[in-house]
Amino acid sequence: MNERTDLPSLLPPVDVIEDASGITLYADLPGVSKDRLNLEVSGDTLIIEGEMDLSVPDGMDGTHAEVGLPRYRRVFTLSKELDTGKLDAEMKQGVLKLHIQRAEHAKPRRIAVQGG
Amino acid sequence: MDYSLFPRDVFGELDRLQRQVHQVFELSPSIRGFARGGFPALNVGATGNSAEIYAFAPGLEADSINVTLERGVLSISGERRAGTPADGKASLHINERFAGRFHRVITLSDDLDPGGVTARYNNGVLHVSIRRNAASQPRRINVT
Repeated sequence: MNERTDLPSLLPPVDVIEDASGITLYADLPGVSKDRLNLEVSGDTLIIEGEMDLSVPDGMDGTHAEVGLPRYRRVFTLSKELDTGKLDAEMKQGVLKLHIQRAEHAKPRRIAVQGG
Repeated sequence: MDYSLFPRDVFGELDRLQRQVHQVFELSPSIRGFARGGFPALNVGATGNSAEIYAFAPGLEADSINVTLERGVLSISGERRAGTPADGKASLHINERFAGRFHRVITLSDDLDPGGVTARYNNGVLHVSIRRNAASQPRRINVT
């Protein structure tokens, strides 16, 4: 992993939404297939990495490029109330949807009051 | 150093500063994925007998993308809906992804064959391949 992290990469745009169930993250990773996506959680760090896989015809000369690098990388720091064991990821047409559940102890709950 | 035309023009100074910062970032090529040109980002290439256009437009349905080619002008348009909920229960922490209607136009050479276009949408990248006109390719003429 370490040699890959040194490579220059694009910073993918993301949306992050939080509701009672947890956090949902959407990341734009056009050109990245499910197989070339790498998600890593270590401690409270989330790493999103992806390599593009474009089928470019043989002998093509590039004349104009707005996307100049073939890989994406972005790192987030997660908070303690998120349960990294309950993480769902889905990749569809270059968009990653990642849902991380809130840990049970951090969910809002009602405390029963005992009467005597 | 390039100074503003009016030294006390604060906005001009800010503009200049912003451009300088931008140039520093440009040294490492396009670190911000889609800073230039808008949505979708376009890469264009050419081979001996075709023009190849790649539009980085993730999260769409293939049949909702409009692609037209008219007199060497390629137009790509469509709409990307916001995936973010509108109700008040969820809070939006980061909102960087493009949402809304888009339209990009690119002028290509005029020796392209409008009948030889293929467009494929895969992993959020639209790849349009346009064949060059048979008339502009070298050919042998038979003498009878």
